[in-house]
Amino acid sequence: MLRFLLGRLGLLIPTFFGVTLVAFSFIRMLPGDPAELLAGERGISDERRAQVLGQLGFDKPLWHQYLDYITGIFHGDLGISFVSKKPVLDEFLTLFPATAELALCAIIIAICLGIPAGIFAAVKRGSIADQAIMGTALVGYSMPIFWWGLLLIILFSGTLGWTPVSGRISLMFFFPQVTGFMLIDSLLSGEKGAFLSAVSHLILPSIVLATIPMAVIARQTRSAMLEVLGEDYVRTARAKGLPPRAVIGLHALRNALIPVVTTIGLQVGVLLAGAILTETIFSWPGIGKWLVDSISRRDYFVVQGGLLLIAGIIMLVNLIVDVLYGLINPRIRYN
Amino acid sequence: MNFQKTLKASLLGVSLAVIAATGASAKNLVYCSEGSPEGFDAALYTAGTTFDASSKPVYNRLVEFKPGTTEVQPGLAESWEVSEDGLEYTFKLRKGVKFHTTSFFTPTREFNADDVVFTFERQLKKDNPWHEYTAGSSWEYFDGMSMPDLIKEIVKVDDYTVKFVLNRPEAPMIANLAMDFASIVSAEYADQLEAAGTKELLNQQPVGTGPFSFVGYQKDAVIRYAANPDYWRGKQPVDNLIFAITPDAAVRLQKLKAGECHIMPYPAPADIADIRDDGNLTLLEQQGLNVGYLAYNTKQAPFDKPEVRKALNHAINKQAILDAVFQGSGQAAKNPIPPTMWSYNDAVEDDDYNPELAKEMLEAAGVSDLSMKIWAMPVQRPYNPNARRMAEVMQADFANVGVNVEIVSYEWGEYLSRSKAEDRDGAVLLGWTGDNGDPDNFLAVLLGCDGVGGSNRAQWCNEEFDALIMKAKSVTSKEERTKLYEEAQVVFKEQAPWATIAHSVVFMPMSSKVTGYVMDPLGGHNFEGVDVAE
Repeated sequence: MLRFLLGRLGLLIPTFFGVTLVAFSFIRMLPGDPAELLAGERGISDERRAQVLGQLGFDKPLWHQYLDYITGIFHGDLGISFVSKKPVLDEFLTLFPATAELALCAIIIAICLGIPAGIFAAVKRGSIADQAIMGTALVGYSMPIFWWGLLLIILFSGTLGWTPVSGRISLMFFFPQVTGFMLIDSLLSGEKGAFLSAVSHLILPSIVLATIPMAVIARQTRSAMLEVLGEDYVRTARAKGLPPRAVIGLHALRNALIPVVTTIGLQVGVLLAGAILTETIFSWPGIGKWLVDSISRRDYFVVQGGLLLIAGIIMLVNLIVDVLYGLINPRIRYN
Repeated sequence: MNFQKTLKASLLGVSLAVIAATGASAKNLVYCSEGSPEGFDAALYTAGTTFDASSKPVYNRLVEFKPGTTEVQPGLAESWEVSEDGLEYTFKLRKGVKFHTTSFFTPTREFNADDVVFTFERQLKKDNPWHEYTAGSSWEYFDGMSMPDLIKEIVKVDDYTVKFVLNRPEAPMIANLAMDFASIVSAEYADQLEAAGTKELLNQQPVGTGPFSFVGYQKDAVIRYAANPDYWRGKQPVDNLIFAITPDAAVRLQKLKAGECHIMPYPAPADIADIRDDGNLTLLEQQGLNVGYLAYNTKQAPFDKPEVRKALNHAINKQAILDAVFQGSGQAAKNPIPPTMWSYNDAVEDDDYNPELAKEMLEAAGVSDLSMKIWAMPVQRPYNPNARRMAEVMQADFANVGVNVEIVSYEWGEYLSRSKAEDRDGAVLLGWTGDNGDPDNFLAVLLGCDGVGGSNRAQWCNEEFDALIMKAKSVTSKEERTKLYEEAQVVFKEQAPWATIAHSVVFMPMSSKVTGYVMDPLGGHNFEGVDVAE
C-alpha cells in the first residue's frame, strides 16, 4: 500500500510542473494586455503602458518571469492581483470556502439521489420506472444550467416566495468570517436564525449544481449495476436463497460502486474548480467567477496562481480517490 | 402538501428571526449592484462600478456635480477664484468637515489643505512615497485627463486655502476636479497606514468625508456602509447602505421584485415593459451621456473624401439599428455630443436615410465597386449593446448602395489598440461615455488633432474644427465656449468623419418605497439623500 501511495505521490511532481507551464503560458498566449484593458476606450500612451507593464515585471524575458513565478510558489507567494492589488492567495482563501461549501452540498445531493435512482433503474431494467429515471437523467445531463437556475429562481423565489433569490445569507446578518463556510460561521455567530437563513440560501444553488453530477452518477450506477447483476456470484447468491435486498445491497452494490467512486471523485474535482454559471446566477462569491473575470481582465497573476491552486485541489481529490479505490479494490493495490 | 406547509413555516420562522435579530429600528437601503469594485481608492481605477462603491458613498471632492446635472457646485471647497490669465485656481476650503471615525481609524483633526495637497501630489509627483503604493499603481484618470502636463504645482496657502497653478489655461479644469479621481483622501489616515507599513489598506478600507462610512466588504458578495453621523451636508435618512453584488440582470430583477433589494441598475432591455407594468416598482429613465459611432479612417482612400463619408452616412438606416440593437433603449444621434450636454447644437440636420441619394453621391465621387471593412467590438457597452448585430445591419444597408462590407473583430484589448493605428483598414464601431459633462471631453478627446493615432479613431485632423475646440478650451466664458462648440458641430457634420449612430437611454428600476433617488447623467449611482418608506 505504501508503494502504491508513493507511486501516486511521485506522479504529482511532473503534473505540478506541467500545470505551472500551462497556467503560465496560456494566459500569455491570449492577445491583449492588462494595461490596455484597464485603460479601456480612454486609451493609454505607449510610454505609460511600458511603465505599467514594467512595474508588474512583464518587461522581463519570459523565462525570467516563469522563474519568478516558480520561486514565488515555493515561498508561498503567488503574486498580487493588479486589479484589486491584493495577494492572490488571500483572494483565493476568501473565495474558496464558498465554492467548497456549495460543491460539497451539491455532491451530497447528487450521491444521495443519483445512486439509489441508478440502482432502482438497474433492478427494474426495461420497466417504465427505468425509462423514466434514465430519461430524467438525460434531461438533467443536457440541461442548460443558466436556464434551469433562472427557472428555479422565478418559480421558488419569485412566484412561491419559498427561498431567497441569491446570495449566501440574508443581508441582515453580519458577522465575521471565521471558516468561510457559511453554515459553520452562522452557527458560530450564535445569531438566531442565521443558520436557517444560510441553509435556505444554499437550497437552490445546490440543486442546480447537483443536477449534472446526479445524472452522471445515476447513469454510471445503473450501468455498473447491470454489469454486476449478470455476474456468477450474484446468481449464486440468488440461488442460495438470499433475499433480493441482501443480494443487491451486499453482493452487487459493493462491486458496482468501484467505477462509481471514480466518477464521483471526478465530479467533486470539477465542482471544486468552481461553477461559473451557478455562481453567476446565484451571486455566489466563489472562485469560478473570480477566475473567469481575471482572464477577461488579463490579471496574469490571478490566473496563473488561481489555476495552480485549483489544479492542486483537483490533484489532491484524485489522490484521495485513487487511495480509496485501492482500498475497496485490492486488485489495483497489488498490480 | 405537508412538506410545503413545513417548508413555508420554517422559512417564515427564518424571516421572523431575521427581523428579531436586526431590530426594527435600523433602516437599510439595499442596492443590487452589477459587479464588484476593483478597489476603494477611486483614483486608481476607471470603472463606474468601482466609483459607485468608493468615491460616491465614501468620499467628497472639492467641487461636485449637482445631483441630476452636469453642473458643478461647491463640495469640500466653499468657493473658488480663477485668475485672469486662467492659470491659477484658488479654493477656499470648508471648515468643520470631519473624516469618518471607523473601527480602523479615528481622526484627530478636521479636513484641511494638507488633505487636498496629499490627494493630488500622490498622483502628480513621481517621487511622492504614495505614487506607487501598490503593485502596478497607475493613476488612470489623472493621467488620462492630462493632469501631469497641466498642473504645475499645488500650493497650500494656509490651512483652508489651496492654489492650483497650471501650465496653460484649461477651461474644463473645474469640471475635471469634480470627477471621481479627485476624491479627497485623508492625509492623516495615510500617515497612520504608512507608519504601520500597511499602505495597501488605503485601497481596501477607505476613509473619507462622504455621506456613508465604509464598514466592510465581503469579496464578490456584499459591501456595507453606515450613515456618517457627522456628515457636513447632514445625516442620511437611512442608517445603512448595503450593496448586494448581483452580476446577472435577470436575477437582480427577481431580487428587486422579492424585496431583497430596493434599487438595481442595468435591467435587461427585454424586461423594461414588465417593470413598467409592475405596480410595486418605479422605473426612472434618462438619456445617457454617451455616443456610439462608426469612425471612418479619414486617412484611407476613398474615405479621405468627405463626400464619400457623407454618402455612406445616408445609406445607414438608424431606425433599424435602434430597433434591432437598442430595442427601444436608444435615441438616434446626429451630433458627436449627447443632447443633454450644454452646447448641443440642435440646429444641425442629420444625414437622413436615403439609399438613392447615397448611390448618386458615391457615383458623383467616382466610387464604384467599393469594398470595406467594419470593425465590430467584441464587448457590450452602454453606447452599443451589440456591435456585431449593428455591423450586420450596416452591412445590409451598405449592400443596398453597392458597397461590400466585411465584418472583422478582435479581442477587446487588441481591438482598442489596433483601432488606433493611422493606417488601419476599415471603419470602426466604438463609442464614448462622458467623464465630466464638458463638451471638450468629447470633442477634443475624440476628434482633436492631438488624438490622431490615439483616441481619435477617425484619424481626422481638420484645421477649422481643431482651431474652434482649442479656442474653446482656453476661454472661460461659458457663453463664448458654447458658440465655439456649436460651430464645431456644424463643421463636424459637414465633414462627417463619423457616422453618429445613437445615444443610449439608461433605465433604473427601484421599489416604489424608494424616494429621493436622482439619476446621474454621468452614469454614476449616488445614494446621498435617498430614503426608503417603512
